[in-house]
Amino acid sequence: MKNKKLSLNCLIATTLFLGATPVFAASATMDKMKSTGAITMGVRESSIPMSYTTGDSRFDGYHVEVCRMILADLKDKLGLSTLRINYQPVTSQNRVPLVQNGTVDIECGTTTNNTARAKDVGFANTLYVEEVRIAVKANSGITSIAQLAGKKVATTTGTTSVQLLRKHEKANGVNFDEVFGKDHADSFLLLESGRADAFVMDGSILAGNIANSKNPKDYKIVGEVLATEPIAIMVPKNDPEFKAAVNAAIAKIVANGNMPKLWNKWFLAPIPPKSIVVDLELSPATKNAWANLNDKPAEDYNKK
Amino acid sequence: MSLDLGVFCKNTLDGEVVDHCFSALFGLAQNSDPSYLDWLMKAWGWTLAVAALSLMIAFILGAVMGTLRTLPATSFLNRWLIHISTAWVELFRNIPILVQVFLWYHVIPSFVLPLKSLPSYWLVSIALGFFTSARIAEQVRAGIQSLPSGQTAAATALGLTTLQSYRYIILPMALRIVMPPLTSESMNLIKNSSVAFAVSVPELTLFAMQAQEETSKGVEIYLAVTLLYALSAFAVNRVMTLIEKRNRIPGFIVSNDASLAH
Repeated sequence: MKNKKLSLNCLIATTLFLGATPVFAASATMDKMKSTGAITMGVRESSIPMSYTTGDSRFDGYHVEVCRMILADLKDKLGLSTLRINYQPVTSQNRVPLVQNGTVDIECGTTTNNTARAKDVGFANTLYVEEVRIAVKANSGITSIAQLAGKKVATTTGTTSVQLLRKHEKANGVNFDEVFGKDHADSFLLLESGRADAFVMDGSILAGNIANSKNPKDYKIVGEVLATEPIAIMVPKNDPEFKAAVNAAIAKIVANGNMPKLWNKWFLAPIPPKSIVVDLELSPATKNAWANLNDKPAEDYNKK
Repeated sequence: MSLDLGVFCKNTLDGEVVDHCFSALFGLAQNSDPSYLDWLMKAWGWTLAVAALSLMIAFILGAVMGTLRTLPATSFLNRWLIHISTAWVELFRNIPILVQVFLWYHVIPSFVLPLKSLPSYWLVSIALGFFTSARIAEQVRAGIQSLPSGQTAAATALGLTTLQSYRYIILPMALRIVMPPLTSESMNLIKNSSVAFAVSVPELTLFAMQAQEETSKGVEIYLAVTLLYALSAFAVNRVMTLIEKRNRIPGFIVSNDASLAH
């Protein structure tokens, strides 16, 4: 009973507040930020260098830093003196439901913006375009997907790369022998131990696994780009005002020329905690996304 | 929540609806792309194949190891056989099954090179079979030890050798006694076969994880996979119960038989 009264009071207070400042009308997330002085950011534990833990419940990465910049901008807009960020680790399986039910206010991981997910959640403008590539052993002599005919190709169960390979097989009449890793580390082990001749996966994951391996020089990312996917920050579906505010903050960050600096910091320089270098060059697709900010889903990228 | 079972009639390449749900498997439509239902059936086949192969390995090894553990420690050879079978049981039942699968797939082949050319479903079946054999061995041992000692004594008195008394007296009785736990172990094996996905055997669990990512129809996919696992385990249960009934000796090992109540 008491709680009901309290929420009623809150509702009245909110209504009064909304009447006073029509700029942020009806954004549930922004109201929550204002009233609690806190926000929950969804992060990944091991998506190096996009979003990962640096130990001791601290999180960092390319997308996490972008999100912190966005939230700093929102904090100023709301006139808050401090904004506490609660980090909530998420997985591929629970990230969409957690944003849907409001546990997570903004997800800064490695989520592909596609039409199926857009039914449940909103996506901010894309700042990173993932390219699916092929990793092979440096001494294998393989340089393109055509050379993989009859070879063993590893990929990770539960990823879009599996379907991509299947389509490729059908379209070009080449037959791969597919082997599936339980997770990316397993798939890389398949390549490392010689059970697979190639590992097909998102470029950043390949680069991260190679950088983390015993001898990074033994591996190479080769061949054509097999697919491109926009990776975007996820926001609640029913809060377009929040999405607009996030996009405005993104536009400001891009206009200030921060993106190339962030790229150098996370993809080309040594990153904590182990000072590994991911070493992934900025792709034209990502550059293009910065120049023309948009929230197009993956389906628009792969139209032929 | 409404279910969209139409997902199973879509093809696995571009998600378009196919003419025949069972398109590729039964050749209903030549040259058409396989549907998710085709893939589901294929995955079920892999689950059953891995389970059947491991069940064979587990039964044979389990019966042998369990029997060896109960040998009378009368000779040097017997004592060694007891030690070996005890080591077998303790080794394979104390390591988690997923770890064993990885050991057989990644570690052991780098020492035993011929294993490298063995397909992964064989390696998984060996891992699953050995793991389960340790558990079956203990059940067989329990069955043998639950027999009244008078049976062995009578066999010896008749002049039967150890081998003969096991063959004609002890094992036929003990195996009948342990049918219920064996049934449960066989059903467990069907479910445990899901670890095969970890080393790229395209069975039901791998199908579920992959297909739900591709179609975003997690509820429908997991429901179908759950049903097939339950159905497979239940089928094993029926077969084992039938064997149990067929081999029952009237007046013996019937738990609810009044004659057993002394």
